[in-house]
Amino acid sequence: MSSETAKPKVATIWLDGCSGCHMSLLDTDERLVDLVNAVDVIYSPIVDPKQFPEDVTVTLVEGAVSSEHDREMALIIRKNSKLVVSLGDCAVTGNVPAMRNAFKTTELLDRAYKENAAHNAKHPTVGLSPLIEKAQPLHAVIDVDLFLPGCPPPADAIFTLITDILAGRETQVTELTRFGR
Amino acid sequence: MNMSTLATPQVITLQIDGQDVSARADESILDVARENGIDIPTMCHLDGLDPVGACRLCLIEIEGTPKLLPACMTYAEEGMRVLTDSPRLQKYRRTILELIFAERNHVCSVCVSNGHCELQNMAVKLGVSHVTVAYRYPKMEVDSSHDRFRLDHNRCILCTRCVRVCDAVEGAHTKDVMGRGVLSAIIHDLNEPWGDSDTCTSCGKCVHVCPTGALVEKGTASSEMAKRTQFLPYLTRMREHHS
Amino acid sequence: MTPEELTQMRDQTRQKKSDCKHCVNVCTAAGCLSLRSDQLKDAIDKAVHHAGRQDEVTVKSVGCMGLCSGGPLVSVESGDDEVMYHDVKPEDAGELVQSLDTEPVKRLQCPSDMPFFTQQTKIVLENSGKIDPELLEDYIANDGYAALTKALTEMSPEDVIKEVQTSGLRGRGGGGYPTGLKWSTVAKSPGQKKYVICNADEGDPGAFMDRSVLESDPHRVLEGMALAAYAVGADAGYIYVRAEYPLAIARLKRAIRQAERAGLLGAHIGGSTFRFMIELRLGAGAFVCGEETALIASVEGKRGQPRPRPPYPAQRGLWGCPTLINNVETFANIAPIVRNGGDWFASIGTEKAKGTKVFALAGKINNTGLIEVPMGISLREIVENIGGGVPDGKQFKAVQTGGPSGGCIPIDHLDMPVEYDTLKQLGSIMGSGGMIIMDETSNMVDVARYFMEFCMSESCGKCVPCRVGTWQMHELLTKIIAGEAAPKDLDLLKELCEVVQNTSLCGLGMTSPNPVLSTLRYFEHEYLERLNTNGHGATAEAASTEGA
Repeated sequence: MSSETAKPKVATIWLDGCSGCHMSLLDTDERLVDLVNAVDVIYSPIVDPKQFPEDVTVTLVEGAVSSEHDREMALIIRKNSKLVVSLGDCAVTGNVPAMRNAFKTTELLDRAYKENAAHNAKHPTVGLSPLIEKAQPLHAVIDVDLFLPGCPPPADAIFTLITDILAGRETQVTELTRFGR
Repeated sequence: MNMSTLATPQVITLQIDGQDVSARADESILDVARENGIDIPTMCHLDGLDPVGACRLCLIEIEGTPKLLPACMTYAEEGMRVLTDSPRLQKYRRTILELIFAERNHVCSVCVSNGHCELQNMAVKLGVSHVTVAYRYPKMEVDSSHDRFRLDHNRCILCTRCVRVCDAVEGAHTKDVMGRGVLSAIIHDLNEPWGDSDTCTSCGKCVHVCPTGALVEKGTASSEMAKRTQFLPYLTRMREHHS
Repeated sequence: MTPEELTQMRDQTRQKKSDCKHCVNVCTAAGCLSLRSDQLKDAIDKAVHHAGRQDEVTVKSVGCMGLCSGGPLVSVESGDDEVMYHDVKPEDAGELVQSLDTEPVKRLQCPSDMPFFTQQTKIVLENSGKIDPELLEDYIANDGYAALTKALTEMSPEDVIKEVQTSGLRGRGGGGYPTGLKWSTVAKSPGQKKYVICNADEGDPGAFMDRSVLESDPHRVLEGMALAAYAVGADAGYIYVRAEYPLAIARLKRAIRQAERAGLLGAHIGGSTFRFMIELRLGAGAFVCGEETALIASVEGKRGQPRPRPPYPAQRGLWGCPTLINNVETFANIAPIVRNGGDWFASIGTEKAKGTKVFALAGKINNTGLIEVPMGISLREIVENIGGGVPDGKQFKAVQTGGPSGGCIPIDHLDMPVEYDTLKQLGSIMGSGGMIIMDETSNMVDVARYFMEFCMSESCGKCVPCRVGTWQMHELLTKIIAGEAAPKDLDLLKELCEVVQNTSLCGLGMTSPNPVLSTLRYFEHEYLERLNTNGHGATAEAASTEGA
């Protein structure tokens, strides 16, 4: 057990994203085994815990900050993580979620839930966190330490970044990936 | 400035990034640098079009000159000592590029020019992994009125290559710029839909000189719009031969 | 008009004036005119006729007398005596005319020892408020066109340039470039065709020096331009004047027509072989067109956008020809310099800044209006003495000079002399002459944002740093004012100031951060007070939600 707890603790989360960046993470294929041996994944869509843990070494954040819930999560992530990584274009630039920013949130909700609704046309009231006025890149809301652009960032880039972090090396991310792809 | 009318251009030597190079007096620092394998970043410049010095990415330091000058419009002088890549210039270039990214809605992942975009490539070249200034998120129009082409203002960086090629090479002057500051926009004729333009010859030169996905051919899907700018220096050279 | 005819007209007009017992001058420049001084003039005219004294009392429309806050202004010249009246209304006309041979009307009289009038030195404004700007004779009676005649008959073009060089005159439009040097550069630039352009696209907020000169003494500018054209070898000139100055335009048009008819413009000027034509070009309200390369583009009929310099207009200007561009006030100084000699001019002012400067006083100051003072005068003298201090018992806080490209100078530096170099050391510039006085109620972050908003909306949009950088800086200032900015936002603001200053294409962009930099220099605490040290800064906007 003691050797287990000495491993760096990694969390991954997606806010307003499509999960593509997580898919790309899984695309590291057999290297995942190396990763899992090197770190403890203590919070992630692919593991069990429902509460964001305290004392995380690295958190990879996919997705833009779009709702009040996203914003609250972002603040918790910052508070509880030593290192925060913006993973992919939505977290880095706002990307597709931010395409709504030229419109008001009510216009958006009307479009989705009223104009195009066959029946029961009204805004949802239960179970959805209210949208904030503009979808934001993560670093507009909290301090972010590392940025890995890409839609999604390639698996190799993600793998290199994580292993560099663990080894304490600096990564030239623009040699590995770029906006879009 | 076009000094090519000079009968016998003077040949001079100067130093760029510590490298001794020779040049004609009618050559820009940008031309001389590129000839010698020194790459200076540019967005608004395109070989074959008159330079405008607008994007400010090609700014260089010249010893003894307090002002930074655009390499595309600064001409070689005897004994000049030029720096093209000082830490200060690198920093300014990154900020300028960030300003471009933040100005309109550059969503690379859904862009037809994704993977063929000079703006996207410039971010890689200058090491811009994210934008620190605030995104503006303006609401911009897309003009799809032309049969074959589309102008998406969201992706326009106002380099005015399209305006210049339309005026100086095609001779139509369909395109120009309207408004000022961040409200500047490319227009057709007197701000009509592109498809209604009487002057547009549908030659498509503007599409192919556009560095981003702002001007594209219709019917292209994400990442399909590769531009072909090679025609331009060729065309210019042929004309010079004839004139 | 030959030199002899000119002298004749001068003497006749002077005689006519001295034949008149009283001369009542009513200011009809834009400021007083907007207070209906035209009706006032009619009322005085009527009162004079009513009293049957039209033979011994002349009622005249004149240009700006300077003390705009006291308008409408009237001055009464009786022989060598002059009485100034302020806030005169049409219903005062009768009383005024009745008083002509008795005691002045006390309740309307400006104190004769008022520093506003006694502390000025007038060269540019020597005729303003004295002559009728619509009468050529009036200008000629005050030695008008004597300098041009002198140059054409006694001086070579080189001599004229020499006088201007000796005078030490520096450009009054803002840059402060030595005028004589500019002239000799244009004169030496090879080319058959050369142009002279007068930049009358005055656009700084709160500045109205050039407008006033054009409205009050238009021939002075024409004469200055003609002398310049003679000196540099140009035969065509343009005055680029903003369309927002309709009165200045009307008076310029009239003056050009008069000068042409009198043979003082056109072919064979003053009977010599020198020819020079002047045309007007109206600006459509873009601030950037005050920048010389943008102005030239606009005159050529193109979109008014600057281009990188070099080449400077002196080498390649209008239609590719060597072009001399000076502003209104610079040209207005030329005739007196040629008339009285460069040494005379150089004796006024200081070692590094010769002559006088016209300033437009605006903002929180008692005597708003137009003043002309010798270079080197202290800011304190201008603000407290000539300007009469800050109204309503408020505390003086800062004076903004140089318009949107300038900066704010706080009370601690009020004793500094007004010179190009000292103002620069203080983080501001001489600029074209706008002076906005601010009292304790002004917050300097608001001031910075006001000017940034101006620069942002006046950016031509050609180069990236100015087009987008000014927007970003304005956004950050707005955020600071709203109390939503974090310390790192202030760092970003400073960084953007540096980038925009160093990378913009023209002077407008390069100087747009100045109001921020100068207020940061002297009033950083006002920025710090408004920062939100708890937040991330950017979250504030994100926190505003819309109900679902």
